[in-house]
Amino acid sequence: MISIKINDKSFEAEENKTILEVAKEHDIYIPTLCFLKDINENGSCRMCLVAVKGSKKLVTACNTTITDGMEIYTENNKINEYRKKTLELLLSNHNKDCESCIRDKKCELQTLTEKYNASDGKYGLYNGNREIDDSSTYLIRDNNKCILCGRCVNVCQDIQHIGVINKNKRGIKTTIGCAFDFDIKDAPCIACGQCTLVCPTGALTERDDTSKVEAAIKDDKKFVIAATAPSVRVALGEEFGMKVGTNVKGKMVTALTELGFDKVFDINFGADLTIVEEVTELIDRINNNGVLPMFTSCSPGWIKYVEQYHPEMIPNLSTCKSPQQMFGAVMKSYYADKMKLNPKDIVVVGIMPCIAKKYEASKDDDIDVVITTRELGRLLKRKNIDFEKLEDSDFDNPMSIGASTIFGSSGGVMEAALRTLVETVTKKKSKNIDFKEVRGLKGIKEATYDVDEIAVKVAVVNGIGNAKIMIDKIKNNEVDYQFVEFMTCPGGCINGGGQPININKIDNIKELRTKALLDDDKNLPIRKAHENPQIIELYKSYFKKPGSKKAHELLHTSYQKLDKYTKKD
Amino acid sequence: MKITVGMGSCGIAAGANKIYSRLEKEIKDRSLNIKLAKVGCIGLCKYEPIVEVYENSNITSYVNVSEDDIPLIIENHLSNNILIEKAIKAKNNNIRNDYFLKNQVRIALSHCGDINPEDINEYVELGGYQALEESIKLKPETIINEIKNSGLRGRGGAGFLTGLKWESAYKVASDIKYVCCNADEGDPGAFMDRAVLEGNPHAIIEAMAIAGYTIGASTGFIYVRSEYPLAVERLKIAIKQAKEKKYIGDNILDSNFSFNVELRLGAGAFVCGEETALIASIEGKRGEPSKKPPFPTTSGIFDKPTLINNVETLANIPQIILNGSDWFNTIGTEKSKGTKVFALGGKINTTGLIEIPIGTPLQKIIEIGGGVLNNKDFKAAQTGGPSGGCIPKELIDIPMDYENLNAIGSMMGSGGLIIMDEDTCMVDIAKFFLAFTVDESCGKCSPCRIGTTRMYEILDRITKGQGEIKDLDELENLATYIKESSLCGLGQSAPNPVLSTLRYFKDEYIEHIENKNCKSNTCNFLTTYIINDEKCIKCGLCYNNCPKNAINKVNDHYEIDQDKCIKCGLCFKNCKFKAINKL
Repeated sequence: MISIKINDKSFEAEENKTILEVAKEHDIYIPTLCFLKDINENGSCRMCLVAVKGSKKLVTACNTTITDGMEIYTENNKINEYRKKTLELLLSNHNKDCESCIRDKKCELQTLTEKYNASDGKYGLYNGNREIDDSSTYLIRDNNKCILCGRCVNVCQDIQHIGVINKNKRGIKTTIGCAFDFDIKDAPCIACGQCTLVCPTGALTERDDTSKVEAAIKDDKKFVIAATAPSVRVALGEEFGMKVGTNVKGKMVTALTELGFDKVFDINFGADLTIVEEVTELIDRINNNGVLPMFTSCSPGWIKYVEQYHPEMIPNLSTCKSPQQMFGAVMKSYYADKMKLNPKDIVVVGIMPCIAKKYEASKDDDIDVVITTRELGRLLKRKNIDFEKLEDSDFDNPMSIGASTIFGSSGGVMEAALRTLVETVTKKKSKNIDFKEVRGLKGIKEATYDVDEIAVKVAVVNGIGNAKIMIDKIKNNEVDYQFVEFMTCPGGCINGGGQPININKIDNIKELRTKALLDDDKNLPIRKAHENPQIIELYKSYFKKPGSKKAHELLHTSYQKLDKYTKKD
Repeated sequence: MKITVGMGSCGIAAGANKIYSRLEKEIKDRSLNIKLAKVGCIGLCKYEPIVEVYENSNITSYVNVSEDDIPLIIENHLSNNILIEKAIKAKNNNIRNDYFLKNQVRIALSHCGDINPEDINEYVELGGYQALEESIKLKPETIINEIKNSGLRGRGGAGFLTGLKWESAYKVASDIKYVCCNADEGDPGAFMDRAVLEGNPHAIIEAMAIAGYTIGASTGFIYVRSEYPLAVERLKIAIKQAKEKKYIGDNILDSNFSFNVELRLGAGAFVCGEETALIASIEGKRGEPSKKPPFPTTSGIFDKPTLINNVETLANIPQIILNGSDWFNTIGTEKSKGTKVFALGGKINTTGLIEIPIGTPLQKIIEIGGGVLNNKDFKAAQTGGPSGGCIPKELIDIPMDYENLNAIGSMMGSGGLIIMDEDTCMVDIAKFFLAFTVDESCGKCSPCRIGTTRMYEILDRITKGQGEIKDLDELENLATYIKESSLCGLGQSAPNPVLSTLRYFKDEYIEHIENKNCKSNTCNFLTTYIINDEKCIKCGLCYNNCPKNAINKVNDHYEIDQDKCIKCGLCFKNCKFKAINKL
């Protein structure tokens, strides 16, 4: 512990902490803009400049380590004037269409502008004309709103280890882009959307598909189905200022009905179907010398990653479609038959924590539109739905039950699979269905389970940044797992690229959302996919049995090698 | 007999390649026993191409040589009776006795222009690598003390004490350390590092090996800009030759010390001369600076302790080891020891490299340079390039050292020294240098990226007669803000040219704003072109060359339509009879 002073008050603080960290511990405000803990600490925006006694230069609080006896002043006239100037300069280079910007009221630049009373016209109005990359099906980058904080570059490079974007050109002409200014669609972006989560402004956003949903609902001929992913229910509340980690499943269902969806179903039903098919495939691979370890296939960013970066591992990927796609396929076949609907009149809207799901859905006809948690929040606000006051209601039948709510957190797919695998292999009910070893936020988790005297070795890769480590281990025969779960986003879908922006910078947001999902799981009447009566009924009346020919036709897919860079148009 | 041709990039640009080939041919055709050699740049740009004939102990220098002069030069020396006017008419006809060179103290530039940089033997014959041989017999502490005692300061700009830098790199414990030569010379107008790299590359390699031995590094990087292809080529040759002679490589001179030198080419970003950006670039990342501390001596290339020294700094090292720190200490001022090389340019009679003891007054430098061009009045000198500021006429006596230059709002910088005469517009000069930093800003931090651009826009308005008096306050506010809040040295010094011209030439800014007048007629937008009927012979050249058809023929004479005129100045340039006046 060392002693420092902040604004003439003495504090004891741990060595190696930054000025910002110590100030935060003591509720002393220092503005930050480019800073994002563990992701961006490069001090590029200069908003957090503070004065240190005896130092000629102002220092950045975000990345300056405290020293014994340091005396820090977080504010004075000059510093405040400089902060205001920094904002005014940033504003002079920023397209301020705040009213129509989807980050309005959730924009870090806007918040600081108001706080420091910065004038947006001080250095003339922005008249730039930078490229807007709307080439992809999942995200839009508007460099006219970019303040070059560098968060997106760092999250892509240092957290996800993809590194598909960086700064191009220099000085005032600097923009964020892919190599050679290729469009995102021509570059090996895996569509995780983590960049959209960290962007402080509206420069990086999901592609907004809300108008497609509104149009479908308005169209009387269309039968519009909403299907929500597990992680949406534990995050949507944040869009309405509710506490992080609140499970709003019941309100969400009510809200979707109020929006005018004909049916509101739970994608967890699709997840159960995935588990049954995937476990069947795994057992088949184990028994028939198939390619092992088998990799999960529900995270579309991960699939794109394999197809682009490790096509040699395609044989390891489970051929099972993701829960979203399986769900869509069932809607347009089994459900259409059952309801005597023309599949062409059915519009299935996936409500996802994920922007890669937009990319996934664009590849075939199972799902018509994908909107993210954030987009759903916007849709509801547009309809003036007072979310917090809504009554709870249940999902519609017959896809109202799903055991696999834990899919949303890292290790969840594995745990759900293990629950089914153990009982399918042993043909006995197991007492314990909690597989805690695969839970948590560690980058790579490993476990071995004794299933009917067979050692089932599994691993869970949390975040695509750890994928290469695992793939290398497998290639070098350092490990002999049978089954490996891969999730693109750190923490799993609860931290997906389509989730609400962590505007209040809550450090343990991943933990809180995960806990909410695990609590949801604890309270479910049915927690094992193979015991879901609606799944059992589906197989009985339609697919006959898991892994059947029909199941393969509708519920399985194939993969292909994709070029990393495709030629620019 | 030996004939040398100055073949630095500058000499080559002036035509030295053709001269060299012609000499080769003449010597061959005449079957003469004359040794022909390339040498580096002696630092006299004005006189390129330069050919020198070494005969017994005499050197005869020929300047501004053309291909056709070659037979005459050869015959002159064979028959000894034909007088060549091209020879410098100084003592012994040797260029070294010319006022410009005679008044210099050459330490960093020693051997430049004298030896063949592509032949290690010439360097060794003159005592090259002796300093290394001596050093590896010494304790590192002894060398560090010697450098510290010498008072040598970094010549890259900031002037940090070199000995202290070496000491801190030495003291950090690490399995791997690096030595790095910063050869990313980027100041417009500065080319002393290039002269050393092209003219005497072994001095740098020797110094790096000494530094490596001292701090405990076994790898050295030379970060050189790829726009210096000749320097790169000569460094490659020098590294190869030094390796063959065991001055670098494994077990240097049969000692336990091993040191290898590798080249890293920069892609031409000014900011990569900044240490942390240079490190990022060497690591293969985008050349962006990062926060200091940690300083490179603690955590540099690949997070290992790294000693980064500028070319000119390193060029001093072998000399200090050989001649002792006491010798070096006698040169310069109390706080700034040794010499500084300036690249003298602008409105001066003799342009070139000038190495003089630190603390020499500006007045004396101008004198050595032969005075202001065309006998015009001296107005100001710019030091430190785009990071520096100007020295006005009233401070012409100022001894040029680090402290003095900082105090007057300029800086030593890497050594660009641009002389400006009475016809220079200081607002335009500030705009010129700022345009450079705007372009070279890496774009990482907001003050430098956007702030310098906004400053430039204000300056641009002023030079177009659209400025307002309140702009001057805003300029100063922005400048101070950028200086104090930018991340790296580039941003922190970018406003200097504006601040220093505002300090000494504010009246010119006001003149531009209030009277919409540029006294030196530099700012085109404030210039009105008028045809002087008395001098005009009605040739029609102006009429024909005007790109905007702004010149009309009215009743037998020409008139400029001021509404159409875009002030490009083409009429002024084309008129052979000085019949176009600038107002």
